[in-house]
Amino acid sequence: MHGFANPKRFLSLARWLTPLLLVSGLIVTAVALYWGITSVPPDRLMGETVRILFIHVPTAWLGMGGWSAIAICSLVFLVWRHPLAAIAARAAAVPGLVFTIICLATGSIWGRPTWGTWWVWDGRLTSMLVLAFLYLAYIALAQAAEREGVSPRIPAIFGLLGAVNIPIINRSVVWWNSLHQPPSITMGKSAIDVVFLQPLLLAVLGFSLIFGGVVLARMRALLADIQAEARLRRRALEAD
Amino acid sequence: MREALDQWDFVLAAYVVAVIGTLGMIAWSWIAMKRAEKRRENVRSATRKAR
Repeated sequence: MHGFANPKRFLSLARWLTPLLLVSGLIVTAVALYWGITSVPPDRLMGETVRILFIHVPTAWLGMGGWSAIAICSLVFLVWRHPLAAIAARAAAVPGLVFTIICLATGSIWGRPTWGTWWVWDGRLTSMLVLAFLYLAYIALAQAAEREGVSPRIPAIFGLLGAVNIPIINRSVVWWNSLHQPPSITMGKSAIDVVFLQPLLLAVLGFSLIFGGVVLARMRALLADIQAEARLRRRALEAD
Repeated sequence: MREALDQWDFVLAAYVVAVIGTLGMIAWSWIAMKRAEKRRENVRSATRKAR
């Protein structure tokens, strides 16, 4: 694993892995969503709106997964000081934010016909909204740290501290009274019928592949920017 | 009085949000990556020429 932490080796791997993940992710997601919208019967209680879950659930998991990745990469950066870990953490922020926003939007759209309201300030929804704000703050902090030449340890510490919100989101439906249903899928168990579970798991796989592809694309962009800036700085110093 | 909501309108709205959001994110990250890598190559070749 340490071998791929070398930027040169990482780039040789990422060059072919980025389009592969993005294209396969798009195909798998399209198949899963088409399956969900055309072949799955309406749910006994939710009716047709059950189809929204094939988007809402994967994006919710990846919204939380994105911050978990930020926290792990931040920890690796703080302990081993590897710059590629800091770049990976920054790269995971944008897809994490986008999937969190899609999760909030689709949850709200699902809530209107099912709960009779677009939004309630309960534990699950509020902690997910807090996650979106944490992503925005992290992206702004990482950009400001780079622009002002501040140590990347500051966004890394923020990434680590923000991880406190992840178990709160996960346990919110258990700790507090909520309109949101309790977890339907736990370790090795599922309360979801196999008719709904199969396209749901395929959608999780598809969105995860897209997430991975976008993280690699963002890492390549950030690396290229850093390398170009370093070369320009060296050239300016040589000219002096 | 009971509201008559067509559930399919909500399903389609959710799918449109997801498709636009996901495709937009992929396109933006791909274009940003290509632009950054092109800039790096331009800087690299300009440095070689300067030497």
